[in-house]
Amino acid sequence: MILYDYVLSASCYKVRLMAALLGQPLTLRAVNFHPAREHKSPAMLTLNPNGTLPVLQDGDAILTESVDILRYLTADVPAWRGEDDRWLALAADLNNSLGMARLHDILQFDVDIDAARAAGVKQLRKLEAHLTDQRFDGRIFLAGDRPTIADIACFPNTALAPDGGVSLDTYPSIRLWMRAIRSLPGFIEMPGIHRLHELEVAQ
Amino acid sequence: MSQSINDYWYPVGLLSGIDASRGTLLLGVDITVGRTGGAFWVKDAAGNALPTVKRFGHLWTCPGTPSGDLFTIPEADTPGRQLVDVGSVRVKCSPLRAVENFLNIAHFPFVHTDILGAEPHTEVERYNVDIREEVNEVWATKVKFFQPQAAKSAEGGITTEYMYRVASPTCAVLYKTCPPRPGEWDVITLFVQPLNEEWCEVWPWMALYDDDSTMAEMVSFQQLIFMQDRSILENQIPTKLPLDPGMEAPTQADLTSVAYRRWLKKIGYFYGAQLVAA
Repeated sequence: MILYDYVLSASCYKVRLMAALLGQPLTLRAVNFHPAREHKSPAMLTLNPNGTLPVLQDGDAILTESVDILRYLTADVPAWRGEDDRWLALAADLNNSLGMARLHDILQFDVDIDAARAAGVKQLRKLEAHLTDQRFDGRIFLAGDRPTIADIACFPNTALAPDGGVSLDTYPSIRLWMRAIRSLPGFIEMPGIHRLHELEVAQ
Repeated sequence: MSQSINDYWYPVGLLSGIDASRGTLLLGVDITVGRTGGAFWVKDAAGNALPTVKRFGHLWTCPGTPSGDLFTIPEADTPGRQLVDVGSVRVKCSPLRAVENFLNIAHFPFVHTDILGAEPHTEVERYNVDIREEVNEVWATKVKFFQPQAAKSAEGGITTEYMYRVASPTCAVLYKTCPPRPGEWDVITLFVQPLNEEWCEVWPWMALYDDDSTMAEMVSFQQLIFMQDRSILENQIPTKLPLDPGMEAPTQADLTSVAYRRWLKKIGYFYGAQLVAA
C-alpha cells in the first residue's frame, strides 16, 4: 500500500495512525504540499483529479477521502467499526473549522480566521458534551468501550487545535479521550501531537 | 554606536514562491513583496522601493540603509549540493526566541525524540563558544551530540558534530556532519522575518549532500523538525527574549544562548527582547 503523504497534514496523519494501530505497513511517498504545491502537479492530478491529500494506492484501488481510506483499512476488522456515521460527519466539520484555522496560522491559508475558530469551538463543545456523557456511562471512546475509526477521524484536528490558536484547556473530557488514544498500542505521533511519556508507578 | 534594527537584511520570501505581489509585515510595518516579469521588488507602505538582495533561494530586504552586504555562506556554494526551499511557517513568538531555540541542543531528546536525540543520551558535552569581533558573529564549535536519525540520509544512530553561527540577529546557520560525505558539512539555516516583536515568519533553507532523498522528503523532514519546535516556542514565558538574568537561569548546556544574548546586548539589537529582569 502506497500513501501519498504530507507530513504536516492532519488528514494524512489519520491514515498513518490508523495503519500503525492496525500493524498495516505503508510505503510513504512524500509530497511537497508546502511550499511547492506538488499535490497540484500533473502527476498528482492524474492520480487524484481533486488535487487533495491523502491518496492511498493499493494495486488498482485509489482512494482519496480519508474516511474512505479508514473504512478500507478496517474492512476486515469489525472491532474498529461501529455506529460511527454521526462522528465521521463531525470529523469533517472539525477539518473545515479547526483544520482551516491551523492552515491559516501556520501556512498562511486565506481563511476568515475568527469564523474558523468560532466554528471550531462549537464542534469542540459538541464533542466535549458527548464524551462527558460517555464517561458517565463508564466509556472513554466516541462510539463505545473501544476505539473505532470515528475516534481516529476526529482525533487529529482536535489535538492540533492549539496550532490554529484554539486552546483545549477547558475541555477535560476531550483531554482524557486524547490521552486514551495516545495510550493505544502502536500509537504514533506527528508534529504538534506528542507521545505519552512512560509513566512509572511511585514505589 | 549600535546599528538600527532597520539597517539589517531580512528574508521576505522564497524566490521560487513569489508571483504577483503579497502584503506582509516587517518589524511591525506593512510592506509589499512582488515580482514583475523577472524582477523582484519590495515596497514600503508609501510605495517607495526598498533595497533587495537575492541570495540562498530567498529575497531579502532592508527597510533602512544597509550597513553592509548580506552575509555569505561559502560552504553552501560547493557543487553537488541539493538546495532545499523548505518554505515558511508562522510562529507566535519573538524572532529572537526562534533563533535561540535553533541554537539549543539540549532539547533534542525531549522535543525531537528518536530523531535528533533520545533518552538516555541527554548530556551536552562541553563545547566552544565565542563572539568573533572581526566579523561580528557568534560561533559555537566542537558541539557533539548523539542522534538516532540525524538527517534524512542517516541510517541509524551516530554522534553528530555541529557548528552554529549567528550571522545576523535573526539569522542562524548550522553546519552539521554530513552522513554520506564525511569531511563535508551540511548547511541548515534558519532565516527569521520579524513580523513584529512577538510574531514571526520562519524561512528554513538547506544546502545538503543527499543523492538518495527526494526534494519532497528533505522538505518534509525539516518541516517535521520545525513544527515539533513550534508549540514549544509559542508557549515560552516571558514571550520576549530576556537579555538580563532573571527568571531564566542558564546552565552549562546553554552556552550558545548565553553568548547570543550577550551579543544582542552588545550590538544593541533589542527588537523582540526584554531588557528588565523579569
